[in-house]
Amino acid sequence: MTPLLEIRDLWIEGRSDEEWHPIVEGVDLTLGRGEVLGLIGESGAGKSTLGLAAMGYARDGVRISGGSVRFDGMDLLRASTEQKRSLLGRRIAYVAQSAAASFNPAHKLIDQHVEAPVRHGIRDRGESVADAVELYEKLRLPDPDRIGFRYPHQVSGGQLQRMMTAMAMSCRPDLIIFDEPTTALDVTTQIEVLAAIRDIVDQFGTSAIYITHDLAVVAQMADRIKVLLSGREVETAPTREMLTHPREEYTKSLWAVRGFHRPEKPAPAPGDTPILSVEGVTAAYGRQTVLEEISFDIHPGRTVAVVGESGSGKSTTARVITGLLPPRSGTVRFEGEALPAGYRQRGKDQLRQIQMIYQMADTALNPRQSVAQIIGRPVRFYRGLRGRALRARVDELMEQIELDPATFRDRLPGELSGGQKQRVGIARALAAEPRLIICDEVTSALDQIVAEGILRLLARLQDELGLSYMFITHDLATVKAIADEVVVMQSGRVIEQGAKTAMFTPPHHPYTDLLLSSVPEMDPDWLDRLLAERGVEGLGEAATDRM
Amino acid sequence: MRWAAAMRGRSSAARRKVKAARLYSYPHIANLKAIKRVRKCTVLARSGHRGVSGGLGSVIRIVLQRLGFGLLTLLIVSMVIFGAVNLLPGDFAQAVLGQSATPEAVAAIRTQLGLDQPLPIRYVAWLRDAARGDLGVSFAQANFASFTGRVDPSATVLAQIAPRFANTMFLAGVTAVIAVPLAVGLGILAALWRDTAFDKGANIATLSSISSPEFFLAYILILLLAVVNPVLPSLSNIFPGMSFGERLERTLLPALTLTLVVTAHMMRMTRAAILNLMAQPYIEMARLKGMRPFRVIWRHALPNALAPIVNVVALNLAYLVTGVVVVEVVFVYPGIGQLFVDSVKLRDIPVVQACCLIFAAAYILLNLTADILSIVSNPRLRHPK
Repeated sequence: MTPLLEIRDLWIEGRSDEEWHPIVEGVDLTLGRGEVLGLIGESGAGKSTLGLAAMGYARDGVRISGGSVRFDGMDLLRASTEQKRSLLGRRIAYVAQSAAASFNPAHKLIDQHVEAPVRHGIRDRGESVADAVELYEKLRLPDPDRIGFRYPHQVSGGQLQRMMTAMAMSCRPDLIIFDEPTTALDVTTQIEVLAAIRDIVDQFGTSAIYITHDLAVVAQMADRIKVLLSGREVETAPTREMLTHPREEYTKSLWAVRGFHRPEKPAPAPGDTPILSVEGVTAAYGRQTVLEEISFDIHPGRTVAVVGESGSGKSTTARVITGLLPPRSGTVRFEGEALPAGYRQRGKDQLRQIQMIYQMADTALNPRQSVAQIIGRPVRFYRGLRGRALRARVDELMEQIELDPATFRDRLPGELSGGQKQRVGIARALAAEPRLIICDEVTSALDQIVAEGILRLLARLQDELGLSYMFITHDLATVKAIADEVVVMQSGRVIEQGAKTAMFTPPHHPYTDLLLSSVPEMDPDWLDRLLAERGVEGLGEAATDRM
Repeated sequence: MRWAAAMRGRSSAARRKVKAARLYSYPHIANLKAIKRVRKCTVLARSGHRGVSGGLGSVIRIVLQRLGFGLLTLLIVSMVIFGAVNLLPGDFAQAVLGQSATPEAVAAIRTQLGLDQPLPIRYVAWLRDAARGDLGVSFAQANFASFTGRVDPSATVLAQIAPRFANTMFLAGVTAVIAVPLAVGLGILAALWRDTAFDKGANIATLSSISSPEFFLAYILILLLAVVNPVLPSLSNIFPGMSFGERLERTLLPALTLTLVVTAHMMRMTRAAILNLMAQPYIEMARLKGMRPFRVIWRHALPNALAPIVNVVALNLAYLVTGVVVVEVVFVYPGIGQLFVDSVKLRDIPVVQACCLIFAAAYILLNLTADILSIVSNPRLRHPK
C-alpha cells in the first residue's frame, strides 16, 4: 500500500530583506496511514513551514522551490488551486498553536465548526451540528450540547484547543497537522488536551504530524519522531528507540538539556533582613480581586520561584512589587523599609534597586534602538555616565551577557535571535545595578537549549554580583533547575511555600501535587500511567474547575 | 499591499503612524480629532475593549456615556461658534445700512437686535432659545424700518434653514446610497484581487478623482452627462412640490460628483482594514479549511474590520452634510451650504450660528453613531463571559 503522505527532497525558501533564504533544505518525509509522526526541533528549524507544506500551503513570503509532496497519490505542488482547496479541511486538516487566535472572534464556535463539512458538501448544517456535539462529547468538553453556541472569548484556552481539534475532525480527514497545539497551555491543561487529541486520533485512525519543541510531549503522542535542525533532517526513528538510543550528537544534546540543576543554597540565617518582603498584599483590577493576602520573603543572593497556572496572580504580584499596581492593602518592604505603593512616589534609587526582565523579549525591546542604545539608556539614567565612560560600561555589560560588543553594539533587536534578545533584556536590567531582578517567564518563549543558556547565565550573574531573583514561571523544570525557594500560587493566594527540596519531596499540597505530576516526562508511557492513576473522571473535574 | 510590504519589519507603532499618514492624507478630512477617534476605535476594536466587563447593560452604559459626551461637546462647540461669529469684522447694522450708516441709525438697529448687550448675556439667551427650538430671527429677513417685535413667520431662522437643510439631507442621502456600497464593494474586491490590475486601477481612479477639485469634476460630469450625452439636467434647482422622481433626476449629477469625491477614502480604508487582518491566524485557518478567497474575506475578515470602516464612512457622511458648498454653487442646488455662505457675507449672525450648530451636531452625531456601531459590532461586548 502506498503511504498516505510522501514528501521527497522538499526545498522551501523564505523572503527577507528582498532575498530568498532557504528554510527547509531537501527534507524527505513518509507518513503511513494511521501513523503519528512527531516533528521536533528548535524554533526556526522549519517545523511549521514543513507542516504547512504537507498541506500544499505556504505562508505569504514563503515559497516551495523544489521537490514533491504526494498526498494519497496526488502531487500537491502541481495540483490546481481548486484541487487543493477541495482537499483542505476535508481530507487534510490543521490544528494551530493558539486556538484563541485561530478562531474568528466574530462568529460562534459552532458556525466555524460546521463551515468545512457544509461548504465541502459532506453534511448539511443540522447533521454537522449534531456531529459537532458528538465530537465535543468525545473530547470530554463540558456541556457539549451548548458549548458550541458560545463565542471564542467565552471559552477557556484548553477547551478552545480541544474544540479546534473537534473542528479539524469535522470532515473525518485522513491527515491532521498539529502545530504545537499545547505550547501555549499550562501543564495541567496540557494533559487534558494531549489525552483528548490522542484518544480521538486513535479512535478514527487518523494520520497525524505532531509538531512541537517539547520532547516529553512528543514522546507521548508520536509513533515515530523526526528531528529537524535548521531546515535539515537530523534523524528519524521510532519513539522508543529515539528516546533510548539517540544516534546523533544534536539529538543527544536535546535530551541532555534538562540536566541543568543548580544546588540549593544553604538557608539564610534566621533573623536576617530579607531583601524584599511582601506582607499581606491584596490587589485588584477594578472590582475584581486578583491577589489576596499574599506574603513571602526574598533573601539576599537567593532565587525565589513563584509558580502557578496562568491567571493565578504571579505577574500581578510583580506589578505590585514594582509599583505599577498599587495594592489595596498590605506593604512591600525593601531591606526592611516600606516602599511607597506607586512607582511615581518612589525615589530614583528605590526604582534602581528592583529591575525586571520580561517574557517577550520581542516586545520589551524598542525595535528602532540599537543594542548599545537600549543598554545605555539605564546606565545614563541611573548612573549619569556620558561619552567614553558610558561606552565602556555598555561594553562591560555586553561582555557580562556574553555578547561580543564589537559585533552586537549597533544591531537592532530585529537582527538578533530570541536568546540574544533575552540577553539584551538581562543586560538592560543589570545596567541599573539592581539588588533584585524580577524575571517574568523569561525562558517560556525560548527553546530548551536556548533557555538553558539563559538560566546558566542568570545563575552565573547571581554568583558574581550577589543578585536576588524573583523567578515567575509555570515551568517546573525551570524551578527545579535554579530555585532555592518556591512559592506556589493558585487563584491569587499563596497555597504553599518553602525550600525547593522540601517542595519537591512528598507530601505536597494537593494543588502542588497536581502541578508536579502534570509535568510531562521523557517516558512514552507517562501519559497512560498518569491517566490511569487519575482516572478519566478526575480529569473531567480538573477541566470544569478551570472554567 | 505595496506599502504593507514596504513596512514589514517596522515597529507596530511606526507602522500605525505611516498607515495613518497614508490613510488620512485627504484634503477634505481636516478634522484631526475625528481622525484620532478613528485610530482610537481601530485600536479599541483590536484590543477587544479589554477591561470592559461586557454585557448588554454595559453596552447601554457606554452608549449613554457617549451620548453624554456628545452633548457636552455640542455645548462647548456652541460657545466656540458664538464667540467666533461675534469676532467677525463688521456687523450687521453696518452691512445692512451701507452708505446710509449714520452712527445714530447703526446704534438704533443694534439696540433693536440686542447687539449692545454683553456677549455672555447674549450667549445665554441664545442658548436658552435654541434649546427650545427657537433659533431666532434672521436679521436679513426682518424688516427693520417697521421692527415692532412681531415676527414674520417666514423670517425665523428655522423657516430659512429647514427647507435648505432638507435639500442638503436629500443630496447627502442620495450620494450615500450610491457611494457607500460602491466604496465598500470596491474595497472588498481590491482586497480580494490585491496587486492585480483591478486593484491598481481602482486605486488610481479613486485617487485621481479625489485629487481633482470638486468644481472640475462637476464640470466634467456636466460635459459628459448633460452636454455631450444629454441624459441628466445640468442645473439642479429643485423646489417644493416636485415629484420624487424629478427631484432624484435633478439631484443625480451633484450626487455623482460627490460620490467621486468621497469614494476613494472609504474604499482605501475598507481595503486596508481587510488586508490588515489577512495575516491573522483565523484567516489562515479559514484558508486551511479550504474556504474560497471571497468567503475568507466576506465572512472572516470583513466582520472584524467593521469598526474602522464604519468610522471612515461616518466621517465622509459628515462631510456630505457640511462641506458641499462648491458643488451646490456649480449645480445651483439650494442646499444649506449656499445659505451659510450668503449669511456670512451679510453678517446675518443668527443664521450663521444656526448653520454652524447644525454642522457641528451632524459631525458629532455621525461620529457618535460610528463609535456606537463599532462597539456593538464587538462580540466581546455583546456576549460577556
